[in-house]
Amino acid sequence: MNLRYSEEQRLLADSARDFLAARSPVAAQRRLRDEGSALGFDPQLWHAAVDLGWSAIPFPENYGGLDFGCMGLGPVFESLGRNLAATPLLSSVVLGGSLLHLAGNPQQQDRWLNALISGEKRLALALDEQSRHNPLGTAIEARAEGDGFRLQGDKYWVVDGLGADAYVLAARTSGHAGDVQGISLFLVPADTPGVHCSALPLIDSRNCARLHLDGVQLGCDALLGNLGDGWTALDAALDRGRACLSAELLGVAEHVFQTTLDYLKTRVQFDTPIGAFQALQHRAAQLYVDLALARSAVMAGLAALDDASLSVAERGRLVSLAKWKAGDTAIKVSNEAVQMHGGIGVTDELDIGLYLKRVRVAQACLGDRDFHCERYSALDQACA
Amino acid sequence: MSTIEQFRHETRAWLDANCPLSMRTAMAEGEVVWGASQPQFPSEDARLWFERMRDKRWFCPEWPEEYGGAGLSEEQLAVLESEMRRLKCRPPQINLGIWMLGPVLLAFGSEAQKRTLLPPMARGEVRWCQGFSEPNAGSDLASLKMAARDAGDHFVVDGSKIWTSYGDKSDWMYALVRTNPAAPKHEGISLIVLDMRSPGVKAVPIDLISGKSAFCQVFFDAVKVPKQQLIGPLNGGWSLAKYLLQHERKAMSKFGEISLPSHFHLLTLLREYLPRPQTPGEHALHARAVACAMNEHAYGLTVQRMTEEARSGDDVSGLMSIMKLVHTEQERDKFEVLLDAMGGHAFGWQSEAFSEQQQAITRAWLNSYALTISGGASEVQLNVIAKRVLGLPDAKKGVTP
Repeated sequence: MNLRYSEEQRLLADSARDFLAARSPVAAQRRLRDEGSALGFDPQLWHAAVDLGWSAIPFPENYGGLDFGCMGLGPVFESLGRNLAATPLLSSVVLGGSLLHLAGNPQQQDRWLNALISGEKRLALALDEQSRHNPLGTAIEARAEGDGFRLQGDKYWVVDGLGADAYVLAARTSGHAGDVQGISLFLVPADTPGVHCSALPLIDSRNCARLHLDGVQLGCDALLGNLGDGWTALDAALDRGRACLSAELLGVAEHVFQTTLDYLKTRVQFDTPIGAFQALQHRAAQLYVDLALARSAVMAGLAALDDASLSVAERGRLVSLAKWKAGDTAIKVSNEAVQMHGGIGVTDELDIGLYLKRVRVAQACLGDRDFHCERYSALDQACA
Repeated sequence: MSTIEQFRHETRAWLDANCPLSMRTAMAEGEVVWGASQPQFPSEDARLWFERMRDKRWFCPEWPEEYGGAGLSEEQLAVLESEMRRLKCRPPQINLGIWMLGPVLLAFGSEAQKRTLLPPMARGEVRWCQGFSEPNAGSDLASLKMAARDAGDHFVVDGSKIWTSYGDKSDWMYALVRTNPAAPKHEGISLIVLDMRSPGVKAVPIDLISGKSAFCQVFFDAVKVPKQQLIGPLNGGWSLAKYLLQHERKAMSKFGEISLPSHFHLLTLLREYLPRPQTPGEHALHARAVACAMNEHAYGLTVQRMTEEARSGDDVSGLMSIMKLVHTEQERDKFEVLLDAMGGHAFGWQSEAFSEQQQAITRAWLNSYALTISGGASEVQLNVIAKRVLGLPDAKKGVTP
């Protein structure tokens, strides 16, 4: 397991940085917000990113992918974080694409995977049912009815749900909330009767949706993978998403820290740059330490997912470590950034606030600090 | 076969033939061999291993042959170290002289000093201690006061050094002394070496909150030190000290590899003492402990990342600067949470009512306080990160917010 990007991955980082600096500076994100964009991202930016090959990064070559693995996604997500750029890379490619790749049958893959990679179609994952992420707690039932299933209930926090072409939906076909067995995955086109998608506008101004399932009828061909056996693929896809979010959070945190450091060196009060005061110096040094540890954890999380020699529990443990440390550090850094900027820090004019809001949403997405602390502990026991 | 492959081949064969099997196991506390005028060996194998490595000149393999080394190249040294790691060879001896003073002598010593001091050091015949800190010069080391007064062909040394590890067991000391009290504080300091058996030297062990310790306070009362024992230029000791402290970090990391007296795995202990958290309080304690273990894991990965980056030629000075701080602070945090999980079992003192491991944890907890202070207190480490790594400015004199 390598904790350092290879030369190839560094080139990818350079190209992502240059591309986003030119095409999606923070001002572009601010404009999307001010225009009240329902989509939350710029479709032209997404098509240009697809042309760069981003949507092909994680998939094997025989699926039309680049086979760069999660270590290939890492530099891109770090750049997305730094620039606060919104794209459906996480929702459609990393989560949706991974589920199709891991659980889909050849027909489903044929119909959807190429279209995802080409940017022609978009998938979104409809999973959470409560306030906080808890995938094993999936309770909505897919009741057997006739030749197929009938679903009733609400899915929340669907990332990039508005305008998606289809949803991957997790529902129970047996067992109870908390059971590994009995979770089934369904591939549901957005125009299926009874599927209602509505916006859940969040502080980060991205595309977040509620999916209301009103007596939705699905045939057996909608099943993604085997009946009741969805957990393995779901858990693996979620881990990819978590590792990518960790990289995004790290990118945000490093950028916000650098901005704050520059401010400490230039803001003069009491006739001296405020960064000369030891009270602030020690807090800045402590954040630097947290960032260094967070980077190591994120690199390990990304690398673990590409390392076939590790057990599922070992991979999950490292991914939870990454999400926990990156989320915790990003919160600390962005909170301190606002405080150290003083009055200007709480104005909408300064970009720091936009980063702060994104950090909170990304930190909660696919499991917050407490979720991953608990998961790490459980998986550590499995690894021991 | 290339020359270096040939060297690897020969080194492997020699180590395999000469390192006794019992010297290829983890070392227990108290089994460390210190190079000294009268070395103590915990076993006959330890003596054999010491003597064979000494005769091979591999106590300081990269030193020039005329000063007692084996004259190995950087590349050969790396091969030797990796082969020793491969066989899990114990270090044949530990010697502050070789690790700390040796590099300074090689760089700044006179030819005569190198010829007198280095060969016995290289044979492991002298146990060295370090005389830097003083009762009134801790974090602010440059304010040290121990005086070395010019008395013709010798100095007369008066004052006291503190936190000298094994001061009572060492043969010689290298020390920073004040040779010009009138000069600005960094410019009146010199580096000298002295025989601990000189009249007027007295070393007194210090008991810590954790019990017996290796630390001593050393008192100097009109001690005569010949002028040939001044290392480097008169009043030029501060830059030598900085050079030496760079090697301290390297030496500490070597020492860290070999002496693991109290490695406690937090989550394993947590499963023992808090197997099934039930009350909200127990759940909170459990979460606190897991967070602590996760930070420890992230630190371990950071050490690994730093090693990989250094090997690839990246600049790792920033990462290097956080290591001591993170490690010692995390140890403190770990014991805090472990104490809570163990309850009364963490407070046993010299009693058979408590297991050896429990008592070791108690001592290690109390000792963890010393670690965030010695070798540059955490606050000094944060200053270093803020100024040297982050480039934050110094405050103007007299500025108060």
